[in-house]
Amino acid sequence: MSRGLRFAFTEDQRALAAGVRSALQELCPPEVVRQGWRGPVEDLERGLAELGLFELAIPEEDDGLGLGPLDMVLVYEELGRACVPGPVAEGMVLAPVLQAAGEGAASRLREGRARVSVHRDGEPCPHATQGAWLFELPREGLFAYESAEISPLEGVDGSRHLAWVRGELRPVPADADALHDHLVLATAAQLLGLARHMLDVTVAYAKVREQFGTPIGSQQAVQHHLADALLALRFAAPVVYQAAWSVHHAATWRGLHVAMAKVKASEAAELVGRVALQVHGAIAYTTEYDLHLWLKRTWALARAWGSVREHLDTIAVALLEDPPSAPVDGIDLGAPRG
Amino acid sequence: MNLVFSEQEQAFRAECRAWLESNVPPERLPSGDTAEGFALHLDWERRLFEAGYAAVSWPVEHGGRAATLMEWLIFEEEYYRADAPQRVTQNGIFLLAPTLFELGTEEQRARILRSMAAAEVTWAQAWSEPDAGSDLASVRSTARRVEGGWRVTGQKTWSTRAMFCDRAYGLFRTDPDQTRHRGLTYMMFDLDAPGVSRRGVERLDGDESFAEIFLEEAFVADRDVIGEVGQGWKVAMATTSSERGLSLRSPGRFLATASRLVGLYRAARGGFAEDPELARRVARAWLDAQAYRLYTFGSVTRMMEGGELGADSSLNKLFWSEQDIAAHEVALDLLGPRAEVLGGPEGRWRLDHEFALAGPIYAGTNEIQRDIVARRVLGLPRKARRA
Repeated sequence: MSRGLRFAFTEDQRALAAGVRSALQELCPPEVVRQGWRGPVEDLERGLAELGLFELAIPEEDDGLGLGPLDMVLVYEELGRACVPGPVAEGMVLAPVLQAAGEGAASRLREGRARVSVHRDGEPCPHATQGAWLFELPREGLFAYESAEISPLEGVDGSRHLAWVRGELRPVPADADALHDHLVLATAAQLLGLARHMLDVTVAYAKVREQFGTPIGSQQAVQHHLADALLALRFAAPVVYQAAWSVHHAATWRGLHVAMAKVKASEAAELVGRVALQVHGAIAYTTEYDLHLWLKRTWALARAWGSVREHLDTIAVALLEDPPSAPVDGIDLGAPRG
Repeated sequence: MNLVFSEQEQAFRAECRAWLESNVPPERLPSGDTAEGFALHLDWERRLFEAGYAAVSWPVEHGGRAATLMEWLIFEEEYYRADAPQRVTQNGIFLLAPTLFELGTEEQRARILRSMAAAEVTWAQAWSEPDAGSDLASVRSTARRVEGGWRVTGQKTWSTRAMFCDRAYGLFRTDPDQTRHRGLTYMMFDLDAPGVSRRGVERLDGDESFAEIFLEEAFVADRDVIGEVGQGWKVAMATTSSERGLSLRSPGRFLATASRLVGLYRAARGGFAEDPELARRVARAWLDAQAYRLYTFGSVTRMMEGGELGADSSLNKLFWSEQDIAAHEVALDLLGPRAEVLGGPEGRWRLDHEFALAGPIYAGTNEIQRDIVARRVLGLPRKARRA
């Protein structure tokens, strides 16, 4: 008998995320995020590998956990919530692809002794640090840099270590579309996590910061800013979870669903960030206070793996081409493939 | 997480779709918020009831078919997809009935629910008063104890379709020594009883369906009091949370609007490249309708597994009401100068836009909803009162 539609995570999925969340509180406090601005944090990389993050999507026959994007989406969220520096989501997404392709990077990544990063063609590469295994992902496939000439760039989020990369490319067998969609999903989910943290710390601050003899959070103007921030976040999250389901099952409307997710998550996180800065006031306009780390990550990820404009165009084209490739009446959620 | 409807859910959808396709009147009925349209809509309501679709999620004994909440959402999606007539019974079925299910007596449920679903007795809400809008606890209408019931006196206003309905419900102060939320009682009353008079007020959209209700020593029997005397505020809050929540604002209406908006763009402009800026706005409106639907699936899943909607209903209300206006604004911009014309299929966008503008006002203004979100969802403090 088929189950009815159910829009909720399982106990196991929630427990995995909760476990990662509490581990990250130890492994990645704000001092470690700041350390990430100076360069790769090797202790953190080893700690994340020991936690098993790079094993999650490796098939069980290769001694991994055999999980998929739907199990991992809440973990990506936790990476955002803790503002974890370094190419962690990239490693989680790439690990099974590299493992399947027999790439040497896979085993080193799983041991926490390598970092891998990937960029779209024509865009700067994040985490292009010395010794990283770098890949390019144009529409036609995944390519490994055999040799890389790295020209570092200063980026808004110093922990992203952006660079222009040029070099000799070698094709790596992979489903480039699926990989791309998974990376968009992972970025959208991190944006949700960033937003959750920024809203939590701002609400907490508004409850204790007093002006005019009363907590600023008791003022209606401040309350309404925070209500709008929560509203944006609440209605972005399910769109990201739909995309996770769709990527997990290679469902019919996967490309459309990840585009929807990236639009909603990017806009929600940027709005929450604006509200967080405004409600904190001048204290948050300093680099001594931690909020700027989360804000700058948000600004970077909101435009990484496709801007709002790009993904909105994807949706518009799918709805308005003749015949449309999107379910215009909005009722069909798409069937799993394969 | 499972985003594939079960065979049972798909069969239910197919059944609803087939019935609606062969029964929805081919010509749109005149607005149900007018005297002529109201009568035609009652005929439609009776057909819905006979086919078992008037209140699908209700128990069978009261005229429903005991559908799950998820099936109710499916029915609503099909209902709006078929562009079926507006529900003139909604302020009974979706506002009063949830209160009766929760806090009414067995006698009240048996007497009232079936005739409500069958549209034999039609219901209007009578919440607001001239000096009690958002601040509902400042109602001034009073009820005086008499043999077998109460005599009620006062004035209610903005009472939708009360010019055409049979009965209404609202709050009355039964204890003159109490103020604000205390000493109020929830009562139902006849709109044509001696001592009750009504005056129609034309709405911004031209329909005549608002009413002022004047009460002068009108009789309310004891059996028409819901909940305990003096506990009316609690009883009313049970109704408002279901009004703001799932029971009324299912995603179906917004999905259907988004779908028609895509159709309007394609008819007026063609493909994406013809007007990319407007195309993006169409995409955004469509996306937000989907976001609302997915969010609602999450809420319904939680409720089907024993959870409650609670203050989250304020977030629902904020989102759908603002999304609805935005979608209609895109349509008006697509129509350009033609958006001034009221008649014909295109003129519907203007009228629906006017109706959408009421969304952030009725069922608790969006300012009140943001207050609720801030205090009850985010846990922010009330303002300290200076000594």
